[in-house]
Amino acid sequence: MSTPPFSRRNFLKATAVAVPVAAIPLHELRAKGLEDVHLQHYQPVFFSAPEWQFILAACDRLIPAEGKGPGALETNVPVFIDQQLKGGLGNDIYLQGPHNITAPKTLGFQLPYAPQNVYRRGIALVQQAANARHAKPFQQLSAQEQDALLTALQKDTVDFAALGETSLKASQFFSQLLGDTKNGYLADPMYGGNKDMKAWVAIGFPGARAQYIEWVDQHNVPYPLGPVSVSGKRA
Amino acid sequence: MPHITNDDVDVVIVGLGWAGSLMAIELAQAGLKVRALERGPDRPPEDFAYPKPADQYGYATRNKVFATPRDAALTVRYKQDETALPTRKWGAFAPGTGVGGSGLHWTGVLIRPTPTDIKLKTYADKAYKRGTLDADMRIKDFPFTWDEIEPYYDFFDKVCGLSGNTGNLRGQVQPGGDPFEGPRSNPYPLPALQDTLNCSMFADTARKMGYHPFPNPSANVSQAWTNPYGAQLAPCNYCGYCSKYPCLNYSKASPQTTILDVVKRMPNFSYRVNANVIRVDLHKDRKTARGVTYIDEQGKEVFQPAKIVVLSSFQFANVRLMLLSGIGKPYDPISETGTVGRNYAFLSNGGATLFFKDKHFNPFATAGATGEMFNDISPGNFDGPSLGFIGGAKIHSSQATGAPIGTALPPGTPSWGKGWKEGMVDWYGRSMKISITTTCMSYRGHYLDLDPRYKDPWGQPLLRMTFDWRENELKLQRYLREIVLKISKEMKPDAMSESFLALDSHWDITKYVSTHNVGGAIMGTSPRDSALNRYLQSWDVHNVFVPGGNAFPQNFQANPTATIGAITLMAADAIKKQYLKNPGPLVQA
Repeated sequence: MSTPPFSRRNFLKATAVAVPVAAIPLHELRAKGLEDVHLQHYQPVFFSAPEWQFILAACDRLIPAEGKGPGALETNVPVFIDQQLKGGLGNDIYLQGPHNITAPKTLGFQLPYAPQNVYRRGIALVQQAANARHAKPFQQLSAQEQDALLTALQKDTVDFAALGETSLKASQFFSQLLGDTKNGYLADPMYGGNKDMKAWVAIGFPGARAQYIEWVDQHNVPYPLGPVSVSGKRA
Repeated sequence: MPHITNDDVDVVIVGLGWAGSLMAIELAQAGLKVRALERGPDRPPEDFAYPKPADQYGYATRNKVFATPRDAALTVRYKQDETALPTRKWGAFAPGTGVGGSGLHWTGVLIRPTPTDIKLKTYADKAYKRGTLDADMRIKDFPFTWDEIEPYYDFFDKVCGLSGNTGNLRGQVQPGGDPFEGPRSNPYPLPALQDTLNCSMFADTARKMGYHPFPNPSANVSQAWTNPYGAQLAPCNYCGYCSKYPCLNYSKASPQTTILDVVKRMPNFSYRVNANVIRVDLHKDRKTARGVTYIDEQGKEVFQPAKIVVLSSFQFANVRLMLLSGIGKPYDPISETGTVGRNYAFLSNGGATLFFKDKHFNPFATAGATGEMFNDISPGNFDGPSLGFIGGAKIHSSQATGAPIGTALPPGTPSWGKGWKEGMVDWYGRSMKISITTTCMSYRGHYLDLDPRYKDPWGQPLLRMTFDWRENELKLQRYLREIVLKISKEMKPDAMSESFLALDSHWDITKYVSTHNVGGAIMGTSPRDSALNRYLQSWDVHNVFVPGGNAFPQNFQANPTATIGAITLMAADAIKKQYLKNPGPLVQA
């Protein structure tokens, strides 16, 4: 299948200076579903305009356009993250205190924050770190600088505590962001990411076909059909 | 005081999963007025019509049909002197909720333990020299013989349309099955599922190395099946959405597909959903229950009077309700008195992931139970006593689901960026696993009680779990690792990763193992060290029956569902044949 050419750099440049012009109201998105959204025209429902610039830039490095397979922007991963945060991601967490944030890692998540707070605080802290290191916000750094900063988050060499954060570690924010980015890339398109099932096409996953009775005993033979989505679209 | 009192019933069932549904149909067919109370929502089969469940993110990542930690968390600590912390997100295990319970979205491996597994204490006393095992180990025999329980396994196999190869028919070992299985009175109801590529590669190699692989016994049916209740199952279509998903094809045995469609048509059966039972109400003498109290969906307290109370919620929810209701004496690990909470056990897993650049495993084309396993490393079948530990494992290559979120990539692949993306393109569908599912012994210091600090949204204390790995289980892991790596190397993968516990590992609650938590309200022969008798009847409150994994005195390497089904059916039989005629303790203490 063919897709319209998508200029990532121009898009990032354009959205860096202005809020998207042709914002689609949320009720209309729901009516049409999230599968037909164009990232350029998408108005975030959870993130503020500055936060959105960070998410676009970070997703673009976590799953970049270069190399085999589509990138996170081409597949609308930021739309997925924004919609999930607005749509109750994390409302299943047990959040009652007291919280012991120094517990061993093996005792699991003990933060006092739902994912919404993790993003709000995490983005603000990363921007502080970016400004301290480069005197620029994250989205204006070069790809190499962005990768270096993301790596520093992953390895906790950015010290959130030194920036005044009492609970959240850089690596915890990074792993929430990376997990959601990968989920958005690989989930069914109904959630807003994996646009046109491009990630599934690239890896060879047939999606919601869910019927292989005549295929299960064909060992070591590549499956010939492309994916379908839960909504019934093909790619 | 409750605001509402419901009409009287003969039997109230708390939790409508496998155990509750089996009790419901067995007791309703005996003519009793039965009402089930389920804390979660209704889950009618039409909600799972094709293609709705074919959604990995919704069902497997976001746990669409599971209990939430918000409502159902418990607290965890390693040792008695530590402050326990809540399971704020699910990790090592994830209980179900709603009609069907975990039985709606289980994988469907329906396997029996061996006759040695159910008499583990007897075996240990015979095979191990005194003092060689951990002095704090508290393993016990199940309080029945193989011949007594076998008919109930046999019936439950038929309820589920068990598909696989018979290993031992009335004492005769059969080709293609598990030579270590206990004698069965009847062959498997249906033939085995089709093998996938990983299955045949693993089974061929294991067989060459002298092991005895056989297809995973499956409750995803290989052919059309009508069960003894008259419910019909359709042949599995290998849709690839099974473990953590409701079945979209009426092929996976679940309470819905095998029991509830039938019992719901009976006028003497009714059920309420979003009905959260907060306690069992006892009579003044505390020898019998008079019913249960629940919070309904409007937040009102409702009293449900009943002559018999069946607690058939998940293992730890059953134990918690007993503690909240004062049924039986709470266990104290110091004095080793009390019974409710003792013998809690979990299980461990691990394995190797093998990457082959020229193989197409088509992991999306699979049933939940798809796999081959062998039982050679189970108690009594290998030289455990000389190795200094007791236990064993199923060693298997399964392919429960193949959707792409969480795909394993070869060691050294970056976790993000271009490298990760290209790793997905190059390696999705090109790996298989060889895994272990282990036994777990019970110990004096591993137990369940009520947490003093943390509460649920209804203001009731959370259950507290005190548990960690012990040397016995860690030694077992190291031994199994050698076997798995030997088989893996024989298969000559292009790359390989492994995941086993080290000898200094603590239990990691963030890594999914399996929701096979057992014990806490165990069945036994004496009210001194068990909460329930062999008919799952409370020793202390004789009209309370507690079927579930809570009754296991330790965990065997077999998945628990077959045994939960069998002991529940044995208890239902005893209620029908003995208790109704003469209500009182079914076993004299």
